[in-house]
Amino acid sequence: MNTIDIKINDRSLKVLPGITILQACRENEIDILTMCHLKGLTDVGACRLCLVEIVGINKLLSACTTRVASNMVIRTDTEKIKRYQRITTELFFAERNHVCSVCVANGNCELQELGYKVGMDHIRYPFLFPECKVDTSHQYFVMDHNRCIMCTRCVRACSEVEGAFNWDVKNRGFQVRVISDFDTPWGESITCTSCGKCLQACPTGALWSKDVVQGQLEKHPEMITELVEKRKLLLT
Amino acid sequence: MNRQEFKDLVIAEREKTKNSTCKHKICICCGAGCISSGSEAVMKKLQEEIIERGLQSEVEIIPTGCMGPCNQGPLMKYLPKNSIYQKVDCSNISQIVQSQVIEKKPIEHLLLFADSRERPFSNADEDPFFSKQLKIVLKNCGQLNPERIEDYLVHEGYRALDKALFEMSPEDVIAEIKQSRMRGRGGAGYPTGLKWETVYKYVNDQKYVICNGDEGDPGAFMDRSVLEGNPHRVLEGMAIGGYAVGASKGYAYIRGEYPLAIKRFEAAIRQAKKMGLLGPNILGSNFSFDVEVRIGAGAFVCGEETALIASIEGKRGTPRPRPPFPAESGLWGKPTLINNVETFAGIAPIINNGGEWYSEIGTPKSAGTKVFALAGKINYSGLIEVPMGTSLREIVFDIGGGIQGGGEFKAAQTGGPSGGCIPAEHLDVKMDYEALVNLGSIMGSGGLIVMDQSSDMVDVARFFMEFCMDESCGKCVPCRVGTKMMHDLLQKICDNNASRIDLERLEELAVYVKEASLCGLGGSAPNPLLSTLRHFRNEYETRIGKYEEKHIDVPQTSEV
Repeated sequence: MNTIDIKINDRSLKVLPGITILQACRENEIDILTMCHLKGLTDVGACRLCLVEIVGINKLLSACTTRVASNMVIRTDTEKIKRYQRITTELFFAERNHVCSVCVANGNCELQELGYKVGMDHIRYPFLFPECKVDTSHQYFVMDHNRCIMCTRCVRACSEVEGAFNWDVKNRGFQVRVISDFDTPWGESITCTSCGKCLQACPTGALWSKDVVQGQLEKHPEMITELVEKRKLLLT
Repeated sequence: MNRQEFKDLVIAEREKTKNSTCKHKICICCGAGCISSGSEAVMKKLQEEIIERGLQSEVEIIPTGCMGPCNQGPLMKYLPKNSIYQKVDCSNISQIVQSQVIEKKPIEHLLLFADSRERPFSNADEDPFFSKQLKIVLKNCGQLNPERIEDYLVHEGYRALDKALFEMSPEDVIAEIKQSRMRGRGGAGYPTGLKWETVYKYVNDQKYVICNGDEGDPGAFMDRSVLEGNPHRVLEGMAIGGYAVGASKGYAYIRGEYPLAIKRFEAAIRQAKKMGLLGPNILGSNFSFDVEVRIGAGAFVCGEETALIASIEGKRGTPRPRPPFPAESGLWGKPTLINNVETFAGIAPIINNGGEWYSEIGTPKSAGTKVFALAGKINYSGLIEVPMGTSLREIVFDIGGGIQGGGEFKAAQTGGPSGGCIPAEHLDVKMDYEALVNLGSIMGSGGLIVMDQSSDMVDVARFFMEFCMDESCGKCVPCRVGTKMMHDLLQKICDNNASRIDLERLEELAVYVKEASLCGLGGSAPNPLLSTLRHFRNEYETRIGKYEEKHIDVPQTSEV
């Protein structure tokens, strides 16, 4: 099969043309941080954790949305990238309410894991604590907007995998919130199929099932990936 | 209508104008600025006055687009003498008609006048406000009735489209634009010819042309005035663009806050369709092109091309990462040519006069002219068009008539919330894309806000940051949370409550947001902050000093 030559962090690699830089990194066990990426869903480049430096391009580009090209020279480990990952992580934590000790996802949370990975020992920015609702109107599930980091993985899982289009986003800027239908309580949604895919896609304790309590939540985002891949197999 | 019929019609319209019995023409500005200061009532009063005096066969009244000095409106221009009257009131009408039309002498104290000038000019062309300008894009704004296609036809309207369709191949058109060295007027200054060529090269059975009229910078109103004053020029540019890149469908995305621009542009589309200048087989050629208007719903971010495209598609207006650029995968995944209103308005003159003619205007790196919207503490605020490379001093003092009330110039803010402030020591900067970037600002879409000593630069930075914070789409973290954090820190500095550590954090965040954001909104949001820090750092230091006086024991460096 045709491959192209690229270089990531001084390692020469042969990769398939057309794949993203993120795919190239993951296939070659080069560590790269992500939050809004979930294999199987469309990538949106929103969390900016996977930013990489590419020689000859004066901008930082998100690895999840940028495709490899022949002889591309990529760096994922510079001081600047590490510093920016740390700031991004701090901003995630400062934006809403992420107190791990009282969260259902404690110990099983991608955001928490990210904090450890970037070595975040404290947060230099003031906590904003905006007023956020906890929507418990659904029969089985809860949406806690305080824990939401606006990665929109639930929105994409719902529209792309389940095809229900229950989730969407309202408002702008700092006021953005994930909404159910036309901003109605989740329990009154006429599109939600209660499939639970959004729960599995969610990286934090924003979406959870009512049958768990603090620290017990277990998530399997890989199930979304498997589902998408199995469907592809069926189609081929 | 085929080509011959079109030519006959243009000749007939020219004859009609030439043989008109009206020796006097009175133009009244009916742009949104003058309408808001009462020009419609003035026009009504003038019509009544003319009928009362029985001068209908001698005086022609023309409602036109923007004439320029908007803050002096309502404006009224008497032709052929070219005397411009400012702040015309219904009570002056009788006097003006009597003196100017019947006695043939101007009324000096009602003429256009800025405090800084020695005397008003009876021929407005002698006023430096007009004599220092070079109008290409705005050439017919303020001369013709934007709601009549016939007026545009008399002023060489659609001649460039006719020439492109029948005398040039798409490659020729692109070569002409490339030769003109024109750069996109939306702000980034990407070479227009190169963009057209890129779209042209992508093979696809469907391509699109989009005109970006989602002008959102505070203090900028160039696109609005062009759309209101000469909508056919924009339409013609879009059609030529469509012909050059091989697109059959165009969209004009105009912000909803511009109802008059939308009304006039839609009227222009109807008139052009009726005459066969738009629609199937234009002028009998093989080229078909249709244009639809899409109205923006008030989001600043929709001026960003990928967000604008999402908005046209009916989706939430949020940007997506580039590449792929719209030239490759734009509207509904098809190759799309997207240009600003002012860019399209500059196309017809290039086709008519040749790329070489255009390339000789301006500076070596930035050819042509640029429309600026002057605002702030300046005597003539309004719309001007100058060759690239005109100095800021000429713009502010010669054209703009200097600072209001004889005040002292402090800074000029260019490029809106994506731009920066140029201090007095750089007044002689030759305004072009590169020179402004070197000063930490940008050309942007052309908003130019002049500030005097009463402006507080920290507060200016805070204002623009608040704007970006509100207008961030909320998709990416650096822009969504970063602008909020920066705004809060700036507010803290404004309140004299910030320490040196806060300033350090602010600077670190500014560089981070600039580099890590997904689109141009976040990427340029820190610019006003960074440029005021560069040129007016003392104002930040003073406020921090005030805080430190109260809190002597604060640590002097960050703990990180």
